[in-house]
Amino acid sequence: MPLAPLPIIVPLTVAAVLIIAGKHLHRRILDSVAIATSATVVVLTIILTTQSAGGVIVYWFGDWLPLSPSHFPIGICLAIDPIGAALASLAAMLVLAAFTFSWSYFKSVGALYHVLMLVFLAAMCALSLTGDLFDMFVWLEVMTAAGVALCGYKSEQSQSLQGALNFAVINTIGAFLSLTGVALLYSATGTLNLAQAGRILATAHFSERFVTVAFLFVIAGFLVKSATFPFHFWLADAHAVAPTPVCILFSGIMVELGIYAVARIYWIVFAPGGQPSPETIRWVFLIMGSLTAVTGALYCFGQRHLKRMLAFSTISHVGLMLIGFALLNSRALGGMALYLAGHGLIKAGLFIAAGILLHRFGSMDEYDLGQSARHLAPIGFLMALGAWGLAGLPPFATFFGQLRIDQVGGEQHLWWLRAVTIFAEALTAGAVFRFTARVFFGFGHGKSMLTRGAPHLHTDVETSGQHSRVPAFMWAPMAVLILGAALIAVPLRGPADRFSKTFETASVYDAAVLNLKTPPAGPEPYQRPSPAHRASDWWIPLAVALVAFGSVWGALFPKSRESAFAEPVRAGLSKSLFVLRKFQSGRVGDYVAWFAFGIAAYGGMLLLLH
Amino acid sequence: METALTYAGYAAAVWLFLIGLYGVVKARHLVNLCLSLTVVQSSTYVLLTIIGFRPGLPAPIYTDGLLPGSAAVDPIVQALMLTDVVVEATVIALLLAIIIKVHRDARTADPDRVDMMRG
Repeated sequence: MPLAPLPIIVPLTVAAVLIIAGKHLHRRILDSVAIATSATVVVLTIILTTQSAGGVIVYWFGDWLPLSPSHFPIGICLAIDPIGAALASLAAMLVLAAFTFSWSYFKSVGALYHVLMLVFLAAMCALSLTGDLFDMFVWLEVMTAAGVALCGYKSEQSQSLQGALNFAVINTIGAFLSLTGVALLYSATGTLNLAQAGRILATAHFSERFVTVAFLFVIAGFLVKSATFPFHFWLADAHAVAPTPVCILFSGIMVELGIYAVARIYWIVFAPGGQPSPETIRWVFLIMGSLTAVTGALYCFGQRHLKRMLAFSTISHVGLMLIGFALLNSRALGGMALYLAGHGLIKAGLFIAAGILLHRFGSMDEYDLGQSARHLAPIGFLMALGAWGLAGLPPFATFFGQLRIDQVGGEQHLWWLRAVTIFAEALTAGAVFRFTARVFFGFGHGKSMLTRGAPHLHTDVETSGQHSRVPAFMWAPMAVLILGAALIAVPLRGPADRFSKTFETASVYDAAVLNLKTPPAGPEPYQRPSPAHRASDWWIPLAVALVAFGSVWGALFPKSRESAFAEPVRAGLSKSLFVLRKFQSGRVGDYVAWFAFGIAAYGGMLLLLH
Repeated sequence: METALTYAGYAAAVWLFLIGLYGVVKARHLVNLCLSLTVVQSSTYVLLTIIGFRPGLPAPIYTDGLLPGSAAVDPIVQALMLTDVVVEATVIALLLAIIIKVHRDARTADPDRVDMMRG
């Protein structure tokens, strides 16, 4: 039996068994089975990652493989490259962490929680391993269905249901547009296979306008999933109400898979034909990424509810990752992959911190908590370490990722990107530093003016058992995740650079999938410019740290003499936040209107900029 | 005639997508919103069917005198459509369940009157 389909089959099979047998099983047995299953998937995907380093692994379901290169592939395949397999293993690791966190403490009804989490895991693995366009749409929708059920599962409160409802509606509409795009692409190329579609688009002559529209439609659903501005509104609503283990998966990997799918579809299907032109893609995605990074950071700093703050921080970091993709350079893409891994682990750890606060004190509100967590200093220290990682400071993987993106941005003379980076990283990290300093270490006098107007949410306690201590099943995964984000950084740098080049090279992927006789030569490694022409960007982390420190100081001590100097800055930020808060109305109709506007705007840019 | 039919199909798909989107934006009742969503979905059905449509050719059912291998309309898009129906039925069922819960909690299904988190 080949290994390739197992990361999808194993969790789905266990989920099917649990849905029947789960009613009769003890809670501890359910937890153990779920942990064992996700651990198995971790092992499987790591084996697949190392195996695929030697070349793309292709698996045709039911042996429906193309007989020869001239034959059309009619089967459905998995095409596994190291980056896709590594993403699947990140997904499995986070599911393992989530199950560990919820070990016998998380209140759950029957086996439904375990079943839904395992289906979610299977969908995430399938999305990262598949080589078929329609499969991507199907798994995107399975992720939505399982995610919605998990999100609205905890409580009967209408706020919590609102989060799930907005999530379902906006993601489904995005998926419909993706399906429309898949249909258009099929009508032109007659295939759903990524590699084959790319080859046909490269050789046949289609109108550039048609291909551009098909591209925009296909990626629309994935842009919604990855919470790109202005499709991001649902993410904050969903995170604020979802149970902690579910938040870990939403922020840590689900959103990032949206970007992965966009990058995969662009490089395999559209890049070989050069339509839409690389220059157009570069500008549209730079604008998209910068808008997402800046607005996400502003929203993030203006929150008082920890989960909502972290959700907006995820949006901001998604923007930074989109910029990594937009530079269309393998070094920047490798930087994005490093950043994605580091961010996923750190964000998962920070959400566990939120879960710990909720478990101990029944609240996640910065001002309600006050200084109540002062005796939990070790957790506070870990949380500050996580904020350090969010700021892209060494030795975290986010630092090496961001440095690569900034260097390539410098080589392409996009100096303004550094301002975006510094603003986004400083404010998102500053928000978490501020929360930690106030709640765990007792700093601060008075409320920050920027949080005026932030929603004051009541969150139900989601754990049962003793609330007087923090069990090791909670703090241990948090420590492992946050320290892991630092430990993986150095060993992963080389592979990230190497395999992002493979990721970008459609000819290698096509040769493996379509069984072409003469495999083309491997890709040339990316040549960095000589040291004299390299942009030196070592000062950026320092600038981020300074700005973050300034923002924290200003927010904790708003009446101090030093803060008075920053008054104009604060007034400007307050005004922008005042406008932004109006957009985040909580009404799904408004979000759908924003979706239509965003598609029209980005479509207009794609069509007019070339 | 057939060309006209094809164009009418594309036009219907675009119309259904836009009118459904308008319905979702303007809905004053959550069930109404959910139904508007199915209208958006119908646009993908029409589009997929019209893409597989081949003028004058029969359905791809090779039993009633239709020889295997002879030309027929494209069955792949129809398979896609069926998959789409199954997946979306799940999502719509979930949405309706959520709406029932919202109504039970908030005593209203008007999206403007349900207690919302803002900002």
